[in-house]
Amino acid sequence: MSSHTETNTHGAGQHHGGPKIYTANLFALLFLTVLTIAAASFNFGSANVVIALAIASMKAALVALFFMHLVWDKPVNAIIAIAGFLFLGIFLMFDFIDVTSRVNFQPRNGPNMENATPAPDSMNPLKTPAPRPLDPAPAKAEEHK
Amino acid sequence: MEQQFDTSKLGMWLFIVTEILLFGGLFVGFGLMQHQYPREFIEAHEHLKQLIGGHLFPLYGSVNTIVLLISSWTMVMGVNAAQTNQQKKTVRYLVITILLACVFLGIKYVEYAHKFHDGLLPGIFYSHQSEDLIKGTHGYATFFAFYFMMTGLHGIHVVVGIVLLSWLAVRANRGDFNSEYYTPVDLVGLYWHVVDMIWIYLFPLYYLIS
Amino acid sequence: MEPVVTRSARIGDRPRPKKNYLNETRGVWSWMTTVDHKRIGIMYLVGTLSAFLLGGIFALLVRLTLLTPAHKLFGMQVTAETYNRFFTLHGAIMVFLFIIPSIPGSLTNFVLPLMLGAKDVAFPRLNLASFYLWVVGAVMAISSMIIGAVDTGWTFYTPYSTTTSGTVTLMTAAVFVLGFSSIFTGLNFIATVHKLRAPGMGWFDMPLFVWSMYSTALIQILATPVLGITLVLLMLERVFQIGIFDSRIGGDPVLFQHFFWFYSHPAVYIMILPGMAIISELIPTFSRKTIFGYRAMAYASVSLALVSFIVWGHHMFVAGQSQLATVIFSALTFLVAIPSGVKVFNWLTTMYQGNISLETPMLYAISFLMLFAIGGLTGIFLGTLSTDVHLTDTYFVVAHFHYVMMGSTVTAFIGGLYYWWPKMTGRMYAERWGQVTAVIWFIGFNATFLPQFILGSRGMPRRYYNYLDQFQPLHAFSTVGSWIIGLSLFMTAAVLLASLRKPADAPDNPWGGTTLEWQTSSPPITHNFEEQPVLENEPYDYRPKAVTH
Repeated sequence: MSSHTETNTHGAGQHHGGPKIYTANLFALLFLTVLTIAAASFNFGSANVVIALAIASMKAALVALFFMHLVWDKPVNAIIAIAGFLFLGIFLMFDFIDVTSRVNFQPRNGPNMENATPAPDSMNPLKTPAPRPLDPAPAKAEEHK
Repeated sequence: MEQQFDTSKLGMWLFIVTEILLFGGLFVGFGLMQHQYPREFIEAHEHLKQLIGGHLFPLYGSVNTIVLLISSWTMVMGVNAAQTNQQKKTVRYLVITILLACVFLGIKYVEYAHKFHDGLLPGIFYSHQSEDLIKGTHGYATFFAFYFMMTGLHGIHVVVGIVLLSWLAVRANRGDFNSEYYTPVDLVGLYWHVVDMIWIYLFPLYYLIS
Repeated sequence: MEPVVTRSARIGDRPRPKKNYLNETRGVWSWMTTVDHKRIGIMYLVGTLSAFLLGGIFALLVRLTLLTPAHKLFGMQVTAETYNRFFTLHGAIMVFLFIIPSIPGSLTNFVLPLMLGAKDVAFPRLNLASFYLWVVGAVMAISSMIIGAVDTGWTFYTPYSTTTSGTVTLMTAAVFVLGFSSIFTGLNFIATVHKLRAPGMGWFDMPLFVWSMYSTALIQILATPVLGITLVLLMLERVFQIGIFDSRIGGDPVLFQHFFWFYSHPAVYIMILPGMAIISELIPTFSRKTIFGYRAMAYASVSLALVSFIVWGHHMFVAGQSQLATVIFSALTFLVAIPSGVKVFNWLTTMYQGNISLETPMLYAISFLMLFAIGGLTGIFLGTLSTDVHLTDTYFVVAHFHYVMMGSTVTAFIGGLYYWWPKMTGRMYAERWGQVTAVIWFIGFNATFLPQFILGSRGMPRRYYNYLDQFQPLHAFSTVGSWIIGLSLFMTAAVLLASLRKPADAPDNPWGGTTLEWQTSSPPITHNFEEQPVLENEPYDYRPKAVTH
């Protein structure tokens, strides 16, 4: 590349950061760790996972912003990092939409037709039929033969 | 020089994104399996805790979390020392980071030993007598499969990190780094923080859910 | 008379440098340890074209088997397992060893730094590492074929892939390695585009080739790691039965498909975007006209890359996905057609009232426009739920993806190969013969795959080695078409290789291109430019200039 005789000699290390900020960050992280361990001893029901992940994300953000210098770097690095999480989130979201909206079908012909899942309503395609109770044990499969 | 440093950093962040998606895939798989076997997974979580004063508490997991957080701090202090021409400090911080990483692996070894002893192993090796297997829904075996895959892959990354940090410590001792050039220290630092970040997410999902 | 664009550097305009990237250093070792993007590009070219040949042989075997419903090959009976291996190996080789690595590794590697006015890519040693990873992956894949072969289809669906005998583990490990080759290439290109542009070249002064390749690289970085973890999970399921993909041990086969297609759908855009990149260069050059709608084209490339990530479920409409997810994915799939349409219309508008000349690269480009239109539109039929239910897993799908992967990407690749051949080798090929290959290619391709749309819509399933008698005429027609494709490719190889026997006296800029690679010698010197070029024009500036110095 064209050699430059730049006077900006600290690589990209204009002295951002510094021991004080890093140490403060460590204490913040340790505090959040204690917080998340403590929160785990309470039962918030289905919010358990949400709270745990929220605290974890705060910790991850602190590591990324301060230990990994994103606060002081050019924005492109932060954009790259966010893009990674964003696309991971897309993967997770669509998979969850699929898995949580599935219906356990019981066959509509054969011996146990009274348990059959009703056919989807073609005028309301998005309305999934009422879910059946959990499948009986696989022993039923052998009966079909 | 600055452009080269910037370019290397950009390249490193791009690589970090691939690590996020690689591990992230496992997280997604774990989350979906948890949705499929909620009861078995929650029960299995208890096996990751230790009995402390009559209560189940995630001792190993918590200690490991703190160990890694401190190692992230020693890492960034090492980068800072290289940046400010403090050669001896750089080496010291790098060595401490390596030691903390070894402590992490040591605790992991203890955890794995317990699992082997209890037969809580992935897939076809699963031999623990749990209610689940008798019923035939395999949730436990899948849980431990994911446990070993994710902590195992993470552990491999820790080992790689130790190798990289050792190489850095040797070079720092030789005087290779100064305020004009500390790129490798910075880049390995970024790698190490990613290893820490992955654990930050692993810890609650495995050790704190009940 | 208005002077037209000056064609710079005819023979004699500028002294031809004696040393160029090909002859400056000699010997196998100098090639094996090179970090010159141009040499690496040539090595990739040789490697991926060899893979193309191997995959093509399997294709011919598939088509020969289907000549009659009796599934015989040269008089011998083909078993179902053998036939499964034929199409699996055809697909896996073509996708992973050829299409995904070829244009980025070969043409882009060669041309991108030149177009940016740079000396090389951002990380030259990583570039070489990418190539060696490709070689290792290729060796592993070929070993897996020799040791045992794979019969799962290139899509490795579970639970068949986790339980069948055969060297699935070795093949998936090979693909894992190839995935990293792809990732590192994408990483390199992104960093190069961000950091190594010539002075004066802002983002919207770059050639559209670069925009499309940048978009490709975005996908390589974001999608390929998920393929990596999918393959790891597949291998672990196979070896340890961890219970994630096989429902008999508690897993979910549809989960595998989610994991697999999260990568593999964006992957098809890794395949098409480089083809589009080439077309964006060919059309303005051979129409002597500025590209219509530069910004729209740039944005369309990036949107294609990004939107490609939210449509993967359209491969799973009948797999067992929930109805809700199915409907969402179908709707999003229509979205992804929009940027493709923008590109096609802009290319056509560029040609309109242009000063068109029909050299070989342009003939391939025009073929691309027609074949991509068909391929893209048939994708819409498949994205529509009510039609997909009938067309899925039939030959309609096979025809669709061959129209986009082969009719579009490979067509563009060949066109680009002819286009940049003088730059890479310093030789002009025999133009008339090149044009003949283009015509034969177009005829052969359509003869092979157009009947397959009809076969599919009439119910011929894919991956079947026998069929109802009524399908035979179309199958036979398609098989003969495959021979015509083979002829065209053989001729292209002959035309290009024959040119190497001539002396290296191609002009710097035989086509009158406006991008920076044409401002240096053919072939270029090792560090690309005598002096750092500074960009002074808008991209694709074909406005008449006064004749200069």
